[in-house]
Amino acid sequence: MELVEAIILSVLAASTPLLIAATGELVTERSGVLNLGVEGMMIVGAACGFAGAWLTGSIFIGALFGIVAGTMMSLIFALMALGLAVNQVATGLALTILGVGLSGLIGAGFVGERITPAVHLFIPGLTDIPLVGRVLFGEDGFVYVSIALVLGVWWFLYRTRAGLILRACGDNHVSAHALGYPVLRIRTFAVMFGGACAGLAGAYLPLAYTPFFIPGMTAGRGWIALALVVFSSWRPGRLVVGAYLFGAVTILQLHAQGWGVGIPSQFMSALPYLATIIVLVLLSRARSGGSTAPAALGTVFVPDR
Amino acid sequence: MVIEGIAAGHLSITQRRKLGAAFVPEERLGHGTAPRMKLSENALLTGHAASGMVHHGFIDTAATLNTVDRATETFDVRKAKRDPEAASLSGGNLQKFIVGREILRNPAVLVVSQPTWGVDAGAAAVIRQALLDLATAGAAVLVTSQDLDELAEIADRIAVMFHGRLSAPLATSEASREKLGLLMGGSSLEPKEAAHAVGA
Amino acid sequence: MQLVLEKRAERSGTIALVSPLIAIGLTILTMVILFAILGKNPLLALHAYFIAPLTDGYSLQEIAVKATPLVMIAIGLSLCYLANAWNIGAEGQFLIGAVAGSWIAVRTQGTDAGAWVLPAMLVLAAAAGALYALIPAICKVKFGASEILTSLMLVYVADLFLDYLVRGPWRDPHGFNFPTTAEFDPVATVPLLIEGGRLHLGSIIALLVVAAAAILLARTIKGFEIRVVGAAPRAARFGGFNANQLVILTFAVSGALAGLAGIIEVAGPVGHLQPGISPGYGFTAIIVAFLGRLNPLGILIAGLFLALTFIGGEQAQIAMKIPLDVTKVFQGILLFYVLACDSLILYRFKLVFPNRQVTRGAG
Repeated sequence: MELVEAIILSVLAASTPLLIAATGELVTERSGVLNLGVEGMMIVGAACGFAGAWLTGSIFIGALFGIVAGTMMSLIFALMALGLAVNQVATGLALTILGVGLSGLIGAGFVGERITPAVHLFIPGLTDIPLVGRVLFGEDGFVYVSIALVLGVWWFLYRTRAGLILRACGDNHVSAHALGYPVLRIRTFAVMFGGACAGLAGAYLPLAYTPFFIPGMTAGRGWIALALVVFSSWRPGRLVVGAYLFGAVTILQLHAQGWGVGIPSQFMSALPYLATIIVLVLLSRARSGGSTAPAALGTVFVPDR
Repeated sequence: MVIEGIAAGHLSITQRRKLGAAFVPEERLGHGTAPRMKLSENALLTGHAASGMVHHGFIDTAATLNTVDRATETFDVRKAKRDPEAASLSGGNLQKFIVGREILRNPAVLVVSQPTWGVDAGAAAVIRQALLDLATAGAAVLVTSQDLDELAEIADRIAVMFHGRLSAPLATSEASREKLGLLMGGSSLEPKEAAHAVGA
Repeated sequence: MQLVLEKRAERSGTIALVSPLIAIGLTILTMVILFAILGKNPLLALHAYFIAPLTDGYSLQEIAVKATPLVMIAIGLSLCYLANAWNIGAEGQFLIGAVAGSWIAVRTQGTDAGAWVLPAMLVLAAAAGALYALIPAICKVKFGASEILTSLMLVYVADLFLDYLVRGPWRDPHGFNFPTTAEFDPVATVPLLIEGGRLHLGSIIALLVVAAAAILLARTIKGFEIRVVGAAPRAARFGGFNANQLVILTFAVSGALAGLAGIIEVAGPVGHLQPGISPGYGFTAIIVAFLGRLNPLGILIAGLFLALTFIGGEQAQIAMKIPLDVTKVFQGILLFYVLACDSLILYRFKLVFPNRQVTRGAG
């Protein structure tokens, strides 16, 4: 029982940064922009988040630092890909490389330092319920924010006019522009939101997942978040499923190593990545020849005057 | 679909070109030509299969430039330099080049979609004459157009497409505006129906 | 009043020539500011990065050695990118090539194998890299799956596979438990070009690859197909070119080149297989490809330039304690500036006033 609870809790913890980052990227991609720089934004968020918390002693400030850092990084991307009509793939990759380098520089002075990790919720009576108590009522703020975030994005995309316009930009920017909507401005906001989420997701790692900062601690999570967006068919509901699935696979392979299953640990570690490929193939196949991606995803848009 | 007696319906685009088919699409930039590539490269685009521009996988630049020069001269293509990017030509001049490049391949069949759409009057005249000359020389020329006057001028026979179905071709001399109108509206040309529609 | 971007009627030839220089200039400016923030003397730092490595014969060789895998991989990537096929997994293909070639080396270790060993290693590595690259290519062509994501995921798989091999079955029994194979036999090592130096045969191979790519792209019909399919996909289809076939072809070639670079790196400068055999060559090569504007000669220059910054970065770290991360920052910023300046080749800026007056802006 306790083991099951412990596993569920660790799956939640592993999935949360994926969920937050992927939610942000989902909004970005729904507006028609492919930002491959998620890993770079996340890792800068991690470094700045830890720096903020260490300097001020407040996890909340640390998270804010992470959000701001991610947003600033995304602004570079917006300037290049939206302002200068540069190829989005190249820009995203450049952002990732820049981000890895920057986070190393920023975080260098903080390696080895420790902070007090994020506080977990405690409601007497509720949190003590076996199995579900700590899962539902005993988590740290980031987990609750991640759920609120996904719900908020779902509501925004499907229940508000602004969300509809954003989706229109992603499906057909030419028509959206013809209808008078400021496509580039909307996309910029979407990109910034993606950056903010990536920064927050990155900050989660040294603020709640572990109470310290290691260079490169995102370990490719940003790339998995990208895969998750595709896996979810660009729908928030499925994103939650996907994020927890991936978190589960990651945790399970750690435990499987401990259980002495006779499979090399590297193969277990490779499972999430192989799973992503298989899922990508199956999903694309199911839609017979391509995905239900926002139709204008990744294409350059320079408004006619 | 049969070209010169050979069934071509299942063949690839390049194989059809080798049999003598040529096509001018509706959209000049992005479909008929690669906008940011030079005219010589765009000549190569449709000429690579059977026009002596490629030897053992290598491009014969002289041959491609030659095509550009011949198209320029024969079809009066106005441009700023010898081999500019396709996008820098005006609509009429680009269309003259595109039509010219196909005609210079001596096709057995030429299909042209909206040959003079968005083209200035002078260029349109050149293009129509070129199509007529090609037909006179013995090629089969199929023109798709929304311009009835144009069709009346250059076509021997006219057929009308309605909801995916093609009518039987009418000789141009018999294709009055009324008949064409009826076909475009979807009615067949049964004498009773036609008489009724025309109000006889 | 607004600054807007509009498409040019024709590419600007002047900007195409001048843009890399402007980009480098802007990057150096930014780096000067960065060095100042870090509290390092900017001029000394720039000297350590760009000048010092050029003054020493040994470090010149190091630059060539470092540039070799970058250029080889980047050439392959440029073919893919020109065809609008986004191979992000060159790093994985590099590792798989290294593994495949090393298999021969490990199997023939200690035996009196002949001179066939090295050529066999090279061929097997290229084949393995090509096959590994075909996985994302086929996933894209047959199933419509994003090749960016599939090729990327395979990088992690390859990395873990290599890790497993050198920690397990292939570990050197006399290696004090370090996760590495034994040193390769001389017959399985890439020969040096200069006695006692570092320059090896791989650099010659890289130069041949550059030449071959230049000829392919400029003079052959296949090269033309690759270029058109990326630049104007509908026109390419109109011309009878098969986009799927070109995706498969470019991925296979790119994978082969990456795999070849992998085994050359292992059997050359390093001499044995170990984890971390690649300090991110596959990803840096992406930068090289874009810096070189997807042009073979440009890639050669960009590769040498970036190799210079790697060596310079190492020297700056030793001489001035500048962190190695600065090199990554430099590369990222350089790529940004190059991309930004290149955008002006196709677009120009215009100032638009609300009352419809139009003035020429920059460009």
